[in-house]
Amino acid sequence: MSSELFYKPVTELSSLLESKKISSVELTAAVVARTKAVDTKVKAFNSFNETDALSQARASDERRAAGQARGPLDGIPVGIKDVISVAGQPLTASSKMLANFVSPYDATVTKKLKNAGAICWGRLNLDEFAMGSSTENSAFHTTCNPYDLERVPGGSSGGSAAAVAAGEAIVTLGSDTGGSIRQPAALCNVVGFKPTYGLVSRYGLIAFASSLDQIGPFSRSVEDAAITLSAIAGHDPLDSTSFKTDLPDYRAELTKRKGPWRLGIPKEYFGQGLDPEVAAAVEKAINYYEKLGCEVKNVSLPHTEYGVGVYYIIATAECSSNLARYDGIRYGHRSKDAKDIVDLYFKSRAEGFGPEVKRRIILGTYVLSSGYYDAYYLRAQKVRTLIRQDFLNAYKEVDAILTPTSPTPAFKRGAKADPLAMYLCDIYTIGVNLAGLPGISVPCGFSQTGLPIGLQIIGQPFQEAELLAIAQTYEKGHDWASKKPNL
Amino acid sequence: MKYEAVIGLEVHVQVKTRSKMFTRVAAGYGHDENTLTDPVVLALPGVLPVMNKAALDAIIKAGLMLGCEIAPVCKWDRKNYFYPDSPKNYQISQYDQPICLGGNVEIEFPGSARNVMGEHKSIPLTRIHLEEDVGKLNHGALESLVDYNRAGTPLMEIVSEPAMHTADEAFAYLTSLRNSMIYGGISDCDMEKGQLRCDANISIRPVGETKLGTKVELKNLNSISFVRDGIAHEIARQIAVTESGGTIVQETRDYDGQTGASQSLRSKEMAHDYRYFPDPDLMPVKVDDAWKARILAECPEMPFEKQRRFFDQYQIPYTITSVLVPDRELSDYFEEAAKLSGKPQAAGNWIVNDLLREVGLAKVSLAESKIKPAHIAALVKLIDSGTVLNNAAKEIFIEMFSTGDLPDVIAERRGLKATPTDAGELEQWCRDSIAANAKALAEFKGGKESAINAFKGPVMKASKGRANPKLVDETLRKLLASL
Repeated sequence: MSSELFYKPVTELSSLLESKKISSVELTAAVVARTKAVDTKVKAFNSFNETDALSQARASDERRAAGQARGPLDGIPVGIKDVISVAGQPLTASSKMLANFVSPYDATVTKKLKNAGAICWGRLNLDEFAMGSSTENSAFHTTCNPYDLERVPGGSSGGSAAAVAAGEAIVTLGSDTGGSIRQPAALCNVVGFKPTYGLVSRYGLIAFASSLDQIGPFSRSVEDAAITLSAIAGHDPLDSTSFKTDLPDYRAELTKRKGPWRLGIPKEYFGQGLDPEVAAAVEKAINYYEKLGCEVKNVSLPHTEYGVGVYYIIATAECSSNLARYDGIRYGHRSKDAKDIVDLYFKSRAEGFGPEVKRRIILGTYVLSSGYYDAYYLRAQKVRTLIRQDFLNAYKEVDAILTPTSPTPAFKRGAKADPLAMYLCDIYTIGVNLAGLPGISVPCGFSQTGLPIGLQIIGQPFQEAELLAIAQTYEKGHDWASKKPNL
Repeated sequence: MKYEAVIGLEVHVQVKTRSKMFTRVAAGYGHDENTLTDPVVLALPGVLPVMNKAALDAIIKAGLMLGCEIAPVCKWDRKNYFYPDSPKNYQISQYDQPICLGGNVEIEFPGSARNVMGEHKSIPLTRIHLEEDVGKLNHGALESLVDYNRAGTPLMEIVSEPAMHTADEAFAYLTSLRNSMIYGGISDCDMEKGQLRCDANISIRPVGETKLGTKVELKNLNSISFVRDGIAHEIARQIAVTESGGTIVQETRDYDGQTGASQSLRSKEMAHDYRYFPDPDLMPVKVDDAWKARILAECPEMPFEKQRRFFDQYQIPYTITSVLVPDRELSDYFEEAAKLSGKPQAAGNWIVNDLLREVGLAKVSLAESKIKPAHIAALVKLIDSGTVLNNAAKEIFIEMFSTGDLPDVIAERRGLKATPTDAGELEQWCRDSIAANAKALAEFKGGKESAINAFKGPVMKASKGRANPKLVDETLRKLLASL
């Protein structure tokens, strides 16, 4: 078979596997070889286990030979962000704190992937504890954008985006707290999908900000995203915030939903700071929908400007509490020269956490402090409600909202040394998390220098099927995904 | 100057559930270290809490039993602080919306004597909320080890109003609360196992003053007698400090029950900022009327209500009810025996005096005892009918306890039935007895009714205990009347 198996989508590979034209061992070996060949440049992985992957692949082939194949993901290598637990594998959150931690249990999504027959492949790099927009905050190494190795892949799920873009995995999982799936997807020319809060279980996902975190897939096509979503979505008794809802077959729904749709364009997302090339690419995408007969309307999301502020209060407050467990007592980094218990806490955490994590813990601790709670956290929650209400109001008139995913294409490593400049990378993606909505980024072009640009489509709560259909409609008319990086 | 103490208690009660508060691993006591753990208890990266509904049922039950208002929504908050016994370094608790509000605990003060019922009073509650317990630190010479078996056990915090004034009152409060929780099957309240723990807030003020004085929190009152001793000690300490011209500072003090002394743990300035906020991992839970009604149906009669009913229904004295009522199982046992025998007082006496003694000596539980209420009832009936006499009944009881046989079977086997004595023989013994005691005869003739008892002993002795006391009394009276 083609040496480029590693670049094919799930839809094509699953047919090849089904018709026995290829084996999972063959496919997995191709992905492993590709990873070995390019990851010294891309650095998407924190670690991978070739033997383990090939043994999973053999098990898949045996299932298939016995007529017990489990569906389209059976035998497909799926990379997993190093913040989602896989039993027996390292779980580092790209932090010194957990550099030597091996998780003894499977996250619910991992269990579901295994049940679907997927090959759990490798641990993908991220900004430490998913805090950042470039993977530069990884304690281990910065992942490179496969389209320009001088540039960042975005973040925090930069490893997951780069791995799909570079052919080091067929599909990957990431997590999205303020844009951590959609923004790197946009910067790496892949599809990145953040489902509605509560659709996918968070059990086994290292918590950054519990009320915002959501797991989702990176893929080469919208259909692959739909396939992966069907595998990982659904109520989980181990996650109290997971929602009880009937799950459609997202892949099958794609062909049933044809529009035309009413699409909203929020002016607040096209203002200052938006790169003109990004603006132009998104405008073109909007025009495309219009040509297909969709109704395009201006909508207003008036509280958008408060999004970043509200986000950095709520997310940091939650993270200051969520990360308290990393104390050097039961597991993780423990300082070797602590004098007493308080010293042990101070030194272990000072040595184990990087500067961005510390910054957010300190900020979060401050906003929850006695006397400040009402002014910051409580008020932020109220504004959050208003932001959600903005979207719900807009959805009275439109079916989905179109925006740029990222204000700029990939930037150079070290270009955003000021934390505030980095925070603004998520200006278009944060609102979706605050409102708990589903959002997808699909490739919508390249800059003149060949850097990928992403279109964000924001859907209504639990209307993933509709959102995916809208995204696929655009994808069908364009071929951005076929432009592969030169590695 | 005369001082009045003002005392409020914060009581932690472990809820008896099969699994822990937020995960499925078993809760328990006395297991090998760190065996009752799982990824959630150990707070491994990525885990999430899921509420144990049985624990919520239990606290709603506690609230309904104590007359609390049950909040329509159960909401969870995080209490953030670092300590090695707390695996997440935050405790899931309830901050501004406790599940139970108000309510009260009925207490009984000690009476003037053991057989006299003391005064009753109602101590108002502020709130009851649910949270998770922490692990246990074991300090060695060079290192401290942590056992997380207890971590995550459901724990209720029952907070009283500052409405008590003496150590005895606090003791009575804790005793009553403990009885109620055991009654409801909510907790075994074994203080040695840490299932019930108590902190006290104590202040003093001159008698007549209505403003509260500066309070001191007294911790580690970990036995019911330490509670009384610790509070008495703290009141005395505060009075001594005040009398000697000092001022009470707001602080937390640690009471050492062994030495009977306390020392300062931390001052007000060192108090934690717990940074409470709603736990984003847990959804609020609605508690509707149907839920409350279901739990209400499971609530037992409260101990003191039962005591009042026993007085009315069975006409039994405080000496019996005060033993029966604190123990729900024993009360139920008594009621069955009382109904089967038709003689509540007699059944009560056998239970309180004989049964409890035997059970105690044999170190078995009431449930393990071979004597069931039917045995007690059968024995009471045998005595009442004159079939067995009291001394014989005592012997029968002991054998009943060891064999579980019914009393008439034992009486038959051991020849303990009262053989009907010959009427002539009995009359002769009575004549002999009267003749031998001229003094008593004179007294009886002189109108001292009780003098008749002096004749009974010799008659019983002559009959070797077989004579029916009722017949002896009748015969003596007949003879005395004819003299």
